[in-house]
Amino acid sequence: MRKLGLILLAMITLVLAAPLAHAVQPDEVMADPAKEARARELSRELRCMVCQNQSIDDSDATLAKDLRLLVRERIAAGDSNKQVLDYLVARYGEFVLLKPRFETHTLVLWLVPPLVLLGGGLALWLHVRRRADTVARAGDAAAPLSADEQARLDRLMADGSDRTA
Amino acid sequence: MIAEAGHYALVLALALALIQSTVPILGARLNDGGLMNVARSAALAQFAFVAVSFGALIWLNVTSDFSVLNVYENSHSAKPLLYKITGVWGNHEGSMLLWVSILALFGGLVAAFGNNLPLSLRAHVLAVQAWVASAFYLFILITSNPFLRIANPPIEGRDLNPVLQDIGLAVHPPLLYLGYVGFSISFSFAAAALLEGRLDAAWARWVRPWTLMAWIFLTLGIAMGSYWAYYELGWGGWWFWDPVENASLMPWLAGTALLHSALVMEKRNALKVWTILLAILTFSLSLLGTFLVRSGVLTSVHAFATDPTRGVFILMILCVFIGGSLALFAWRASALKQGGLFAPISREGALVLNNLFLTTACATVFVGTLYPLALEVVTGDKISVGAPFFNLTFGPLMVPLLLAVPFGPLLAWKRGDLLGAAQRLIAAGIVALLVIALVFAWTKGGAVLAPLAIGLAVFVIAGALVDVVERIGLFRNPLPIAARRARGLPRSAWGTLFAHAGVGVALIGIVCETTWNSEHIAAMKEGDTARLAGYELRFDGAMQRQGPNYRELQTRFSISEGGRPIGVMTPSKRSFTTRNTSTTEAALLSRGVSQLYISLGEIDATGAVTVRIYHKPLVLLIWIGPLLMAFGGLLSLSDRRLRVGAPKPAKPQRALQPAE
Repeated sequence: MRKLGLILLAMITLVLAAPLAHAVQPDEVMADPAKEARARELSRELRCMVCQNQSIDDSDATLAKDLRLLVRERIAAGDSNKQVLDYLVARYGEFVLLKPRFETHTLVLWLVPPLVLLGGGLALWLHVRRRADTVARAGDAAAPLSADEQARLDRLMADGSDRTA
Repeated sequence: MIAEAGHYALVLALALALIQSTVPILGARLNDGGLMNVARSAALAQFAFVAVSFGALIWLNVTSDFSVLNVYENSHSAKPLLYKITGVWGNHEGSMLLWVSILALFGGLVAAFGNNLPLSLRAHVLAVQAWVASAFYLFILITSNPFLRIANPPIEGRDLNPVLQDIGLAVHPPLLYLGYVGFSISFSFAAAALLEGRLDAAWARWVRPWTLMAWIFLTLGIAMGSYWAYYELGWGGWWFWDPVENASLMPWLAGTALLHSALVMEKRNALKVWTILLAILTFSLSLLGTFLVRSGVLTSVHAFATDPTRGVFILMILCVFIGGSLALFAWRASALKQGGLFAPISREGALVLNNLFLTTACATVFVGTLYPLALEVVTGDKISVGAPFFNLTFGPLMVPLLLAVPFGPLLAWKRGDLLGAAQRLIAAGIVALLVIALVFAWTKGGAVLAPLAIGLAVFVIAGALVDVVERIGLFRNPLPIAARRARGLPRSAWGTLFAHAGVGVALIGIVCETTWNSEHIAAMKEGDTARLAGYELRFDGAMQRQGPNYRELQTRFSISEGGRPIGVMTPSKRSFTTRNTSTTEAALLSRGVSQLYISLGEIDATGAVTVRIYHKPLVLLIWIGPLLMAFGGLLSLSDRRLRVGAPKPAKPQRALQPAE
């Protein structure tokens, strides 16, 4: 199924960048390695909005290049990582973030993993307890033999064969 | 003529599938062996007709018959023969035909090798298989017919997408589909068990080899796809958490859980209901993947809305089968008797824990993939869910799971001794701690999490070894005795060793690649030298070459390490004239399991080429891990225990083997 991804990717590249360009060009790199590292880290969290699920760090598209430059511009201007992200969200909407923020409309998204884990764990625990109870009760019930069974057992012990069968 | 024959064969396959989906069920109700046996011949004939149809499409592609729309749109007369064949499934219609062909193949395999199945079970399994097949035949015939003709045939085709003109297309989709569709057998068995209301340990024995086989193919298919993306897309990424990838990861996670729960069911006759549910869910996720990829819904919800024929059709198939099977499950599951009991600390308990984490991981991928679509449909808000989300949610779920992996095989069935298992794992724990300390010291001041993750991986590998070492008494007995015991150990124990160790190996590769990957981006001219990770890369020059259906700018780099030449790398850029596109062909040089990776960018006016060079430490382990896992699966598959019909292990009774 990967190949459809490839097809789409290639189609996008076809439309946007006829000669296949590359992500992060040499002329984009910032002089300060620490700042460049921050820029790369942020780039990986930002979506190239015209691509299918690619970060601007990976993408060849022109828009991704513009965004990469914009990120570096903001970093050079002294913005913190959060300020850069806020700036981009204000301009392009939340769609630009590859990791959605924890808000009311993403509540389900963020809560499903922990809830499934906890819910599943709880269900398992209850199941184990219920079955343990059943077993315990079944064990109690099985303990005393009825008079009939006792008589049969005695006979068996006495002559080693079960004549009632 | 060939196209019409292919089309007609497909229609006949549909007709046979319809017979196969009804007559055997009727036979089972009437307890009529003759009617039930129809399933067998129908399944074999159905496969034969699909094979004819698929063969026809291959023939049309090989002979470049451009009067067929599908061939015209995806082929070119100058294309190398290999890509003419693989191009058959490099497009929507052909890919769906491959899908049903594999579905029919599996049905045919059950028919051919299922002689030891109870007659009514086989009738039900094949009938359910035919329900799925009928739905997809209809889908192809109504919405995606690959045999449509063009009234005025053009002289030349539009060529296959250049990115797909690669050996990867020959291997990846068939493997992936063998995995995806292979789970249909588990599904059919589950549905048949529910329909019959009978489910015993023998059922699990029949299902397990099929599940294992599908799982092996899916594991290889995903790994192969990942490696293909790695070298073809040109920026060295190997997993993107792309919805298309997630679509294949979800059935893999559920299938892995199924494999383990079926084990409990086979050995201890427990977890029956859950195993049935997992079998249904696993194939449902395969269907969901098909829907996601084939409907166009991923590109955009709007693209789906403008041409919804295909999407709506698959969505209907999806609803009918998932809804139907779950309804059947809800209706009949309570009739299944609960099986063996076990304490929370036991082999069963460990496998339940495995299932809990794998299922949660699967749910995480599911919600991450589908939530953005759902949100957009409901509220119109657009959000993106990408790699950072999955790394944050999926990653932590794997930690407890992997920590628990070595304990599982060391715990006894029914009631295990956790303390005893822990004691036996002390050696593995010490090795892991040593490795953590070593990596810490070696990369001082670097990443904190990476050494811990590597330690975890080492723990998984060493823990997997401990189990086998203990069982053959490697250090307690003289070597010849240990060797004899090693030979006597069931293959499935070796399978477990390789599969579990493979997970650890892959993790080491993943951690090393993501943490210590180094890159160098530069505009280089002839004679320039770049340095990266202790290697010198000299740009020797570039030359133009003519390929069969492209022109290529091939560059040459001499690589040396400390002044000593170690190899030549030739990354290139290809331009395909027909589609007016170009691709980058990255060059890879393996040093042990690490790789140097060069890919070319644009060439500027002065003749300088933008070059991206990566050094990817231990990167090959990422794919060696899954290979080990698949090998472990294969070993397990060859275990005589899984050969149904060989109930007395001591007697070499020649029986039909369902899964080989």
